[in-house]
Amino acid sequence: MELNLMVAGFGGQGVMMVGKLLSQATCDSTDYNVTFFPSYGAQQRGGTANCYVVISDHEVGSPKPNIVDQLIVMNDVSMVKFRTNVKSGGIIFTNSSLVKSGAERDDVTVVPIPVTEMAMELGSLKVLNIVMLGAYIGYTQLIDENLVLDCILRLLGKKPEFIELNKKAFSMGLEAGKKAKAA
Amino acid sequence: MSNKVFMKGCEAIAEAAVRAGCRFYAGYPITPQNEIPEYMARRQPQVGGVFVQGESEIASINMVYGAGAGGTRSMTSSSSVGISLKSEGISYCAGAKVPMVYVNMQRGGPGVGTIQAAQQDYFQATKASGNGGFKMIVLAPSTVQEAVDMTYQAFDLAERDRSPVLILGDGVIGTIMEPVVLPEMKSDEEVAAMKAANREWAIVGHSRDEKRGFLDPGYWSTDMQEAHCIELDAMYRSWEENDVQVEELSLDDAELVFVAYGTSARIARSAIELLRADGLKVGMIRPKTLSPFPVKSFDKINYQLCKCILDIEMSIPAQMLFDVRLAVKERCAVDTCLRSGGNLIERDDIIRKAREILNGGAE
Amino acid sequence: MEAVYTRTNTLNGNLLGFCPGCMHGTTFKLIGEVLEELGVDSKASCVLAIGCCGLAQEAVSYDLATAPHGRAAAAATGLKRTNPDTIVFTYQGDGDLASIGLAETIHAANRGENITVIFINNGIYGMTGGQLAPTTLVGMKATTAPGGRDPKQHGYPLHMAEIINQLVAPVYIERVSCNNPANVRKAKNAIRKAFQNQIDGKGYSFVEVMTSCPTNWGLSPEKSLKFLEENMMKEFPLGVIRDNR
Repeated sequence: MELNLMVAGFGGQGVMMVGKLLSQATCDSTDYNVTFFPSYGAQQRGGTANCYVVISDHEVGSPKPNIVDQLIVMNDVSMVKFRTNVKSGGIIFTNSSLVKSGAERDDVTVVPIPVTEMAMELGSLKVLNIVMLGAYIGYTQLIDENLVLDCILRLLGKKPEFIELNKKAFSMGLEAGKKAKAA
Repeated sequence: MSNKVFMKGCEAIAEAAVRAGCRFYAGYPITPQNEIPEYMARRQPQVGGVFVQGESEIASINMVYGAGAGGTRSMTSSSSVGISLKSEGISYCAGAKVPMVYVNMQRGGPGVGTIQAAQQDYFQATKASGNGGFKMIVLAPSTVQEAVDMTYQAFDLAERDRSPVLILGDGVIGTIMEPVVLPEMKSDEEVAAMKAANREWAIVGHSRDEKRGFLDPGYWSTDMQEAHCIELDAMYRSWEENDVQVEELSLDDAELVFVAYGTSARIARSAIELLRADGLKVGMIRPKTLSPFPVKSFDKINYQLCKCILDIEMSIPAQMLFDVRLAVKERCAVDTCLRSGGNLIERDDIIRKAREILNGGAE
Repeated sequence: MEAVYTRTNTLNGNLLGFCPGCMHGTTFKLIGEVLEELGVDSKASCVLAIGCCGLAQEAVSYDLATAPHGRAAAAATGLKRTNPDTIVFTYQGDGDLASIGLAETIHAANRGENITVIFINNGIYGMTGGQLAPTTLVGMKATTAPGGRDPKQHGYPLHMAEIINQLVAPVYIERVSCNNPANVRKAKNAIRKAFQNQIDGKGYSFVEVMTSCPTNWGLSPEKSLKFLEENMMKEFPLGVIRDNR
């Protein structure tokens, strides 16, 4: 088993945190090898930010694979830039509030989730990444959702209002992801 | 999975150093190793250690020279272009026999280059880390776990030999997060005992009836300097016998042998799994110590079967290639698979090259 | 017979090796006497610079390491921070401290490291043979400024004590000389204060010692003294520049 995931978007959308939470939860709750590789440097200040998560039952080779199984894109630029990097049969999760371009290929599944709008509904754009993480887990069932939620609560804001907000964002995403899978 | 933690390479190295008894760190910001000084700034005060942000890489290595000369387990770190600035201080440590550990998270070069992972400092690390032709034990981790284990061991080696030890990582090893099991924390008593054992030679002050601490990076007498070089050479030779660390993979039946270290090696290994599954007989020599280089491993290759040795590194022009050729001794063809400038080697590139060699290009 | 004067125990009797008329020897004697009188010679450790001062390394009995050229203050920082009970001092010439080591000098002073810095200023590179130093006087000849220091080309002499006096952290800065017995006594007092400050944990002390270099000035020891008094001391006046103890 080997799963390669790339998460891409604007700096400030919490792209890194999606990858970090997913890989941290994998480390905490499974015996899989997992790597989290943040792209670093100029991209962090402006332009696009992206990171890679590789989960494997073997030792992980490249933590920054050129072709990935799954892609999460938070903005349109990232969709256009990275949609060709997905394996045939792969999945692209898009923030459909901002991503207007299509995959322009029919050998991948596109899962549109309007996470910017959903986060605005909750009153804070800051949690759009948590909504997306929820949607990803809801759709893929990669790890037990409760373990991921534990991880979110452990790593993110300890203040009661943040705990509540993150819980709501995660569960809203979960539902959307499960619904998309069922559809 | 009970005691594993998910850590960034730089932070895991810093924590391993603290657990090994490192109580002094000085460094200067440069990407991709900033998490080492940042972690040390938080961590050293918790264990009664000292963190100093030097005014430059040069000042930082010399602070480590001073702290090491005082018998404290000490460390600095930088990346490529910053390591160049430390060269003089590293040479002084080697000359004056001051133990210390330093980390190079390599990035693209030459010059300021790029901030992404590369392996372009191989010659600098193994052949000329400063003037005077000294050598060091150079450890090259390919996972965060190995980086931790090697850092922990590096302090023992540095102190055993009173010599600098280099952890040669790269931007990937420094910035990825991986599950890691951390080594045991040396107790305050153990750390104090290690320091006390160094008092004999450390420049911490001695009474008149004791031998004074005198650390001399040079001699007025050419004969004394030569004797010092000869003594160091004997130590370097002993490393070749006793301190080689290497991973050898399926050398008996290999028709193609990869040679790779660090990040390149983990990617090469993942290619081997796929190639072997296709029935292609590929083996690997992964130097874990680049100095001393695992020359003897190359004698274990079956040259009746082996068609080619493939040197895989993230450096153009190739650098480790020259050590590989010296070890192969023309018993077999040597080819290369290279990337550079901060671009990672890709598994598919390695697979393609391997197929080309073994099947004459047929896919 | 009663001994009224003996050599300090911190000089082991090996030849210091300095040229006739050079004041390094006097300065090492003063440092040694002070360390002994303060009872800290067995806790003392010298971070020695690159240059003529290296000639003394086998002649002193206290702990010692030679630092890379200009980096003594950085090495002393690492040593003192990890061994606060050791009495750490640097001994540096003008090329080392004020040229190649300017950054390390300023930053160690600015951090207020609890160390003692002894700065030997003779306005010339000694060991390498009389090249232009950052402290060479205007008009003074050097092998790399054969027509003499020309401000248009070389700028003006650096006044290190005054530059360090711009910083907040240093506690004690004094410029002294060893040109006559009265000044030798003053120099010793300054060196004593600089070490006492460290023993008391007060912080950074800087003593600049104006000395002569007959060999590279191309003057006899006697004429060198005159040059030191009439020219060097005019540019670099002696005295306490800061005393915040």
